[in-house]
Amino acid sequence: ADIISTVEFNHTGELLATGDKGGRVVIFQREPESKNEPYNQGEYNVYSTFQSHEPEFDYLKSLEIEEKINKIKWLPQQNAAHSLLSTNVVFSFKDKTIKLWKITERDKRPEGYNLKDEEGKLKDLSTVTSLQVPVLKPMDLMVEVTPRRIFANGHTYHVNSISVNSDCETYMSADDLRINLWHLAITDRSFNIVDIKPANMEDLTEVITASEFHPHHCNLFVYSSSKGSLRLCDMRASALCDKHSKLYEEPEDPSNRSFFSEIISSVSDVKFSHSGRYMLTRDYLTVKVWDLNMETKPVETYQVHDYLRSKLCSLYENDCIFDKFECAWNGSDSVIMTGAYNNFFRMFDRNTKRDVTLEASRESSKPRAILKPRRVCVGGKRRKDDISVDSLDFTKKILHTAWHPTENIIAIAATNNLYIFQDKVNSEMH
Amino acid sequence: MFVRGLKRKCFDGEEDIEGTLAGIKAIPSYNLQRQSLLDMSLVKLQLCHMLVEPNLCRSVLIANTVRQIQEEMTQDGTWQMINTQSTGQASLDRLVSTDILCRSSREQAEGKHVPGYSTFNKDFEGDQERESSETMSTASSVQGPRNLQSNVWEMENPQENKGTFQKSLDQIFETLENKSPNSVEDLFSEVDNSYYDLDTMLTGMMSNTKMGHCDGLETFSSTTTTPSNSNCKSDLNELDHIVEILVES
Repeated sequence: ADIISTVEFNHTGELLATGDKGGRVVIFQREPESKNEPYNQGEYNVYSTFQSHEPEFDYLKSLEIEEKINKIKWLPQQNAAHSLLSTNVVFSFKDKTIKLWKITERDKRPEGYNLKDEEGKLKDLSTVTSLQVPVLKPMDLMVEVTPRRIFANGHTYHVNSISVNSDCETYMSADDLRINLWHLAITDRSFNIVDIKPANMEDLTEVITASEFHPHHCNLFVYSSSKGSLRLCDMRASALCDKHSKLYEEPEDPSNRSFFSEIISSVSDVKFSHSGRYMLTRDYLTVKVWDLNMETKPVETYQVHDYLRSKLCSLYENDCIFDKFECAWNGSDSVIMTGAYNNFFRMFDRNTKRDVTLEASRESSKPRAILKPRRVCVGGKRRKDDISVDSLDFTKKILHTAWHPTENIIAIAATNNLYIFQDKVNSEMH
Repeated sequence: MFVRGLKRKCFDGEEDIEGTLAGIKAIPSYNLQRQSLLDMSLVKLQLCHMLVEPNLCRSVLIANTVRQIQEEMTQDGTWQMINTQSTGQASLDRLVSTDILCRSSREQAEGKHVPGYSTFNKDFEGDQERESSETMSTASSVQGPRNLQSNVWEMENPQENKGTFQKSLDQIFETLENKSPNSVEDLFSEVDNSYYDLDTMLTGMMSNTKMGHCDGLETFSSTTTTPSNSNCKSDLNELDHIVEILVES
């Protein structure tokens, strides 16, 4: 199994897609809940696997283009759910190419052809004595995945995020310096809506790190930068949205200033809340909640692993300081989640202000066992089962996490393992 | 992934001990650490550059860090150039800012920057429009990283860029040299000899003709005396290795 590079639930939560560094996409489907065993909530089983991207060789630059899938986004399901062929479309992209896939199910197949036999071989016409109408017979469910669009050559730099618009017709893709707007049906053209490339590359000091469309307003989108700022743009204002409508930036804390201040302020992920009223950002040490109406500072700041603040030099040396963690909201926007090191992930309840650290590892999670909260001790009193900062494993990082859109089910990617956790008690509460 | 043998002078926890001592003793240690951070960053940039597909975000962040360090080093170094600067208004500003620097005590070496100093020299380079408040620069020290950056970021011809990296380092040293020849000599008269040796090694390998004119990158306080000597000798071997890598390109 390869290292998982992205995890994403679809809009109903029925399907969960993962992409890995080998260009493979695995889709899981949730089994319908069984009435007989009320505590046996629907589990996720493999639904389909396909190879999205192949390793390529760029002959012009003599470079091998890696096939790692950077992000997957689902399109809202267009067809009625009860039709036979349910259509789901999924995006995946790696490097600079974006692909749109269509997933269809087949659970019936026609039988009784006149000209072909069961195996598809042509029948000897002399044996055909009567005509029959082929009938649809049930068969084992087969999932077919076909590439529908390939959006290539839109980017010169590495694409770091894609976001489907609420209008379901357009989507945007962002690389380090530019953001493009595409129409789903048009692959040979895209509109450039943000361009921060300086005339002289020597003047470059800031890059785009993530971007997302507003969940309800199809004209609004946000993008984050390596300097820790967020820019909310309105596409109605002008064709090229270089002038942001709003700039969200927190002034630097002078007492915490160091040579690493800028690096740790770089935003690695930005997510709108489901309500559309807030934005969640992740930088190296914190997650912050921003109110769209307040640009001067975030309304809430949560420390993910502040004990690393004194270790920044080592983390710079071993490059861990450049790790890009994602963040996620729960369905009701009351809890936020993000990953950390040592296979730990953190959840913060915005209402109770309580937080918890959990671990995603085989040793600590037997099926159906309840996860035990973990604690990192920073010196001082050390309880049993505490982990000291120095024994944290920095190679075990949880960069990608996803939360079911409505229920308390989370998917955690820990290197090459996928963990799915469910909230036992509150399974029916939203 | 990192260069072996590079002396790791981390900011982690070492200042706790240092912080309790008088400011003067803390300063050389801070300079050493800062120097090693600068070296580490330059090597990282070079390694970034040699990657098949360079990560632009990472390169930009590292380059910005390098610039910050160099700017601070220039700030530190300028108080020695009091009599030799002839750039008028700008030099006055610098005089005032460095005066404040001298008066403040550096308790936490990790980077308790004097709040005041970020406001000086903000407009020194008029063609910059930056939002970050920490932008202060002198023409000489910024030229260097710029040249460095342009080669790192033009991804179209990675093969070609490898060759030009050496040129860009040359350019760094050149521009620094040209700025104020008199001040360079003054600077070096108070300099700790061991650093000068490192200097010479570094620049000597790069271009055979130039000898040790690297005041922008290698500024240091004149109060440094003995503590750094022994460290520098072992540093030389490690620097050997770094220079090897740099020169290889």
